[in-house]
Amino acid sequence: MSETSDSRGRNIRKVRPFLEELEAKPFWAKLREHKLTAQRCNACGKFFSFPPQGSCPNCLSTDYTWTQLSGKGKVYSFVNYHRAWHPSYEGKTPYNVSLVDLDEGPRLISNVIDCPVDQVTIGMPVEVVYEDNEEYTLPKFRPA
Amino acid sequence: MSNISGHYAVVGVAETKVGKRPDASTHSLHLECIKACLDDAGLEASDIDGFITNQPLNDAHRSYAVRMANMARMHPNYATDLALGGATPIAMVQNAVMAIEAGMAKTVLCVHARKRGTPDPTPGNPIRHGDEHWEEPWGHFSAVANHAFAAQRHMYEFGTKSEDLAHVAVATRKHACMNNNATMRKPMTIADHQASRFICEPLRLFDCALESDGGGAVIVTSAERAQDFPKKPVAILGMGQHHPHFSLMDAPTLTTLGGKKSSELAYKMAGLSPKDMDFAEIYDCFTITTMITLEDYGFCKKGEGKDFVKNGRIEVGGELPVNTHGGLLSQAHIEGMLHVTEAVRQLRGNEVEPERQVKDAKAGIVSGHGGSLCMHASLILGAL
Repeated sequence: MSETSDSRGRNIRKVRPFLEELEAKPFWAKLREHKLTAQRCNACGKFFSFPPQGSCPNCLSTDYTWTQLSGKGKVYSFVNYHRAWHPSYEGKTPYNVSLVDLDEGPRLISNVIDCPVDQVTIGMPVEVVYEDNEEYTLPKFRPA
Repeated sequence: MSNISGHYAVVGVAETKVGKRPDASTHSLHLECIKACLDDAGLEASDIDGFITNQPLNDAHRSYAVRMANMARMHPNYATDLALGGATPIAMVQNAVMAIEAGMAKTVLCVHARKRGTPDPTPGNPIRHGDEHWEEPWGHFSAVANHAFAAQRHMYEFGTKSEDLAHVAVATRKHACMNNNATMRKPMTIADHQASRFICEPLRLFDCALESDGGGAVIVTSAERAQDFPKKPVAILGMGQHHPHFSLMDAPTLTTLGGKKSSELAYKMAGLSPKDMDFAEIYDCFTITTMITLEDYGFCKKGEGKDFVKNGRIEVGGELPVNTHGGLLSQAHIEGMLHVTEAVRQLRGNEVEPERQVKDAKAGIVSGHGGSLCMHASLILGAL
């Protein structure tokens, strides 16, 4: 098994964000400055959900502003991966993946870290931490 | 617009031998289904004027339907591929009805085969779900995890436990043990389920569907013409679809899914209610999907699925036999195509092994569920 193919010889996508995605470029750029942002509609005032898109999911206005978030939220649901679907996770199981509802409304799929996997609970308050990689920064969460 | 309930019927079904089929490719499995389904209906390829396929998982490309039609030398006046994940087989039947109602075709063949049990020798790349680049960087890769999120919420909101989900797996396995064309034919106990390893906690190995090779097909025509076919026709009484979100980042809830609205639409078209259903073939990619869908379909109240699935209620001979063929959990995972063919065969009344035949079955509901718990289709079938 390698980074690019599995045991059946099928291609495996690289585990990295698609930084070139037009609508998401500001999100990834602001994360480099350790700022977590989301799109907020200038017409109806509501936050967009993730993934980013070109117009407001509530009113379809294309007038929006990337707005800094508090970085605080709560765990909506979580799972513990006991199987590594990708070679880069081998030896790292079990690990947490959570749906994090940010206080401003948008939800992210992310990880709760700095916390044993069996200590994560639904409704648990969390806050953002920034994981810097060579090319990009990922928002992750720790108990608040 | 007039209600078309009972105006259309299934007049042919087929399923291949399922499990590990190293002898077959995605294409050859499709062709095997087509031939068997034509034989079941007493038709020739030239009799088919409408043709519907599912986008193949291993090799999505432009019009798979036209490619397959050509391989079988069908020259349809209507052809399309559908792409609603596990809701597709039901959507195919619905689309067949729509094509006939619109006057574009008279006899429509719907086929889906899947090659996931053994390596697929067909060239191509696996199909994308859509938002991988917003999931994989955080180590989120799998449908198991999407459903584990839902299971975790169901446990939190209603007190459901892993042992409750075990009852779904055990009942489904019991049916598979009665099905000569089922992959898993060794009886399972609650303890076996509880001893199986976590794949994505809280879901265990025995909460998960199989990976299979195999396929199925149905032929749809008007109720008027249906009487001329060799096998007992089965009427299409109700149809519905509902798609409440796409990504889990947008899902308003994980414990009530598209099945609620979709089944309401199907019951309304059929003029029937849950108590009229003699059996249910419920999409069971994971045990939690069966439980949530049984609640959404009105067989019990929301949150009461954990009690409903116990005490033999969902077994043949019980109040509501569910997945009488062994489902995706224990027969084979053909994305729900075999839920449709099983419902038809149950209603024909003389085709399945006698020990799993639902007595006096007059109506049944079938569910299809796909994507990030986001797509849903419902079908009510009954005596013509």
